[in-house]
Amino acid sequence: MNIPFPRYLRHFSFLLVCVSVLTIYAVPALSQDLASFEKHVTVHTLKNGWTFIIVERPVAPVFAFMTRVNVGSAQEGAGITGLAHMFEHMAFKGTPRIGTSNYEAEQKALTELEQAYQAYQHERLSPTANAQSVQERLNVFKAKQNEAAAYVVKNEFGDIVEREGGVNLNAFTGADVTGYFYALPANKVELFAYLESERFLHPVFREFYKERDVVMEERRLRTESRPIGRLLEQFVSTAFIAHPYHHPVIGYASDIQSYTMTDAEQFYKRYYIPSNMITAVVGDVQANALIPLLEQYFGRIPSGSPSPPIRTVESPSIAEKTVVLQDPAQPFYIEGYHKQAVTHEDQPAFDALDDILTNGRTSRFYRSLVRDKKIAVSAGSFGAYPGEKYPHLWTAYAVPARGVTNQEVQQAIREELERLKTEEITDEELAKFRTRAKAGLVRSLGSNLGLAMSLTDYQSLFGDWRELFRYIDRFDQVTKSDIQRVARQTFQASNRIVAMIETKATHPVARAIAQPSSHPRN
Amino acid sequence: MFTIHARKTLVITMFLLGTLNVPAWAQVERVEELQFPPLPDIQILKPTRVVLENGLVVLLLEDHELPLINVSMHIRTGSRLESPDKVGLASLTGTVMRTGGSTTLSGDTLDDRLEGKAAMIETSIGETAGTASMSCLSDDFSQVIQMFADVLRQPTFDPEKLAIAKNQMLSSIARQNDSPDSIVSREYKKLIYGNDSPYARVPTYNTLGSITREDLIMWHRTYYHPNRMIMGLVGDFETSEALIRIKRVFGNWNRGPAIDDPSIPFHTTANPTVYYIEKQDMTQAKIIMGHLGLLRNHPDYYAIVVTNQILSGSFGARLFSNVRSQKGLAYDVHGGIGFGWDYPGLASLSMSTKTETTGQGIDALIEEARKMVTAPPTEQEVQKAKTSILNSFVFSVDSRSKIMGKFLTYEYYQYPTDWLVRFRKGIEAVTTQQVRSAAQQHLSPEKFAILVVGPREGTAPALARYQTVQELDISIPQPQTEN
Repeated sequence: MNIPFPRYLRHFSFLLVCVSVLTIYAVPALSQDLASFEKHVTVHTLKNGWTFIIVERPVAPVFAFMTRVNVGSAQEGAGITGLAHMFEHMAFKGTPRIGTSNYEAEQKALTELEQAYQAYQHERLSPTANAQSVQERLNVFKAKQNEAAAYVVKNEFGDIVEREGGVNLNAFTGADVTGYFYALPANKVELFAYLESERFLHPVFREFYKERDVVMEERRLRTESRPIGRLLEQFVSTAFIAHPYHHPVIGYASDIQSYTMTDAEQFYKRYYIPSNMITAVVGDVQANALIPLLEQYFGRIPSGSPSPPIRTVESPSIAEKTVVLQDPAQPFYIEGYHKQAVTHEDQPAFDALDDILTNGRTSRFYRSLVRDKKIAVSAGSFGAYPGEKYPHLWTAYAVPARGVTNQEVQQAIREELERLKTEEITDEELAKFRTRAKAGLVRSLGSNLGLAMSLTDYQSLFGDWRELFRYIDRFDQVTKSDIQRVARQTFQASNRIVAMIETKATHPVARAIAQPSSHPRN
Repeated sequence: MFTIHARKTLVITMFLLGTLNVPAWAQVERVEELQFPPLPDIQILKPTRVVLENGLVVLLLEDHELPLINVSMHIRTGSRLESPDKVGLASLTGTVMRTGGSTTLSGDTLDDRLEGKAAMIETSIGETAGTASMSCLSDDFSQVIQMFADVLRQPTFDPEKLAIAKNQMLSSIARQNDSPDSIVSREYKKLIYGNDSPYARVPTYNTLGSITREDLIMWHRTYYHPNRMIMGLVGDFETSEALIRIKRVFGNWNRGPAIDDPSIPFHTTANPTVYYIEKQDMTQAKIIMGHLGLLRNHPDYYAIVVTNQILSGSFGARLFSNVRSQKGLAYDVHGGIGFGWDYPGLASLSMSTKTETTGQGIDALIEEARKMVTAPPTEQEVQKAKTSILNSFVFSVDSRSKIMGKFLTYEYYQYPTDWLVRFRKGIEAVTTQQVRSAAQQHLSPEKFAILVVGPREGTAPALARYQTVQELDISIPQPQTEN
């Protein structure tokens, strides 16, 4: 059974795949691989700080790119949760030249619209607000919204990409990162340079408040109306007390219905600066032809002031926490353990541990829970959750078989975690991990978009895309006792968060979510 | 202006000289100023096609970029051939064929050997076809292809593995009403094709309970013969050498009887009625509406591909722009007339919206469907849609695996092998008038079955607008006798 990951999380299972598949069993092959791959790679950093990784892979007359922005929901605070994701949506709304029939008039209308919204919001959130005055201001706001809408050329940005043959146009937001990507025919590199610089040079937040409604529907769809969505939100907010991984990437309902264009503008100015951006372009492109275009187009963007770093560090966990969701859905079980960031020196041992426990039909979880005990239909892990740049959770899950309780799968998961602490893994398991990691790297080289994503990940996390290959060295040094040590450090009750769905026919969840919301709709 | 003019000249020069040094010209201000060099002509590679004496069709396409070999296979079978009291049999056979191992290697040993080599073999049976696939590092090819052949030729259907697979299917039945998406996709099919249609029915505790290991063995014996299979190989091999290995492991497999599969009829039972399914644990209503779709070889295929593009194929398409961006009613809104390879697909429009706007959502979808006729696609919309489809055509052939996938599918469903070339020409030839009349003919809002899934109270005002609303009971039928 597939665990339905929200789009903004799915990327992390992809990242996990990359982070955990990077080894080679034959040592001589590896430097050769990097050396031969490196010949096709050019890294170019503009004066404003935007870094480009260009990979010449001319197997077909197409290319793909990925822009990784070093900002995610972890950069948000109270009142603006979900804003990183909202900005991602706004980055499709165009610029002064794209998406408008008359920018000058539209700009004026948008300024008035924002003033009207601020006035309405001020009244709406005031403890002494009176209903009539709120309604009047809401009416003014709606009128201004209609005025501004008159200038919109609907979805022109995406329309241009698709008209010119672009595919896979999309973006995602996670706790650490926002990503933008698509693929184009090889003759359209200048279109890429134009559009991708244009959208971050001067984004226009047109249709902001309609798009907020769209995002609210996204929250209802992914988080509120799906049992596992409901559970994960409870899980993650219970796990983190101090660190901003605490709040959901999609944002709280009241924040989604309250953040403003002004908030988005401030967020953009603070975080969308070139030194926070890394773009990989992979496919039938030539670095010497592309770099002048990059200089011309992306060089237009001013450098900006450095973004403030995240200060808060999660304190060591001292208490086991358990979340029980009484829900109409069938049982579902997860347990997470706090661990270090993926850049920590123990990560390769963690990758090994994760592979041995959860990867495939020979994994320990599958063999114990699915094959032998027949108590689960599937069991695995989420890998790094909800982010990976800062200390996060390693999370195991199991989908109990019909009629099996969460307690039974919990016990079987714990047995496997204990085994890692008390017994060394076998040589075969370690060898299999390394072989699969090497093959996984080879397989990942066959996709322009996949490569673009991996390269930007490694460049961003480790400061060098070559880590995609060098990570292998670290896997070769992982020992059986490393894995045992990491298991002993991590798999402790005080370091654990348990969350489960307990089936309850009386639908208390339905009652809770059927309550009228306490925040006014607009 | 001067800069732009100079630029165009440079582009032309660059093209004529075929040089790839692009001068550092000024960036353009507006997208309309961009000039693109032509894309080289797209050559669609053709796989080598060989038919073994026993009837096995083998397609081969070398790809030496990476040291990998991928094999995929289509087998003439499918769940639509199941008898109504054994629904789930095809799916179980497809699963246990692989997990149960072969007479040479048990399922567990197969798992160990494959995963130890970072290789994989998988099998499954869907509605209209069985599939099998393998992937390995090229050095391991001769060993893995032998295991692959053994799985297909002499699976053991290990009772232990059958028990696991059954347990998994029984558990999915228990979960089939947990997520709104699975309810909608299952029940909408039933509305269009009929509850008992081979194209809509789903396994129940009872049908699974009646399936025995002997049924799986018989299924395999009936359908798994080399003359019912088409296999495609892509990767780092020499064609002649790969063929020798294929013949070594499949060549001595005897041809099976030439049986004609019964054609499985489809019906549509859809009425222009509103249907409702109660699901309390949602903050939205999920709405889907539509009727039967078309066969892919329908003469209006190309016109409908363009119609679909205009309705819902892109960010600027009507549904996305009007229902999502302008009205803010939904995050997910989709629509189009679906095609099946050998039976008609489904036409549908769908969205999820907060319960308060259920009525607005239904109306918005119906309005967009009607507008395909009352405000028919303009010349400009048709041109834009065609340009988009043609410009992105290169992505349907940008890897050898994709090309192989298409050739396998065409051969399996007996479509002309130059279908891809025809597709391009077909799209180029579509006229605005053809799009309009195809939309009018194949999208009929007055015949829509409308299904709403969501909380009762929230959706009640929207549903109260209709004279009759038929409520569907989706409670899971419990087993008559527990097995």
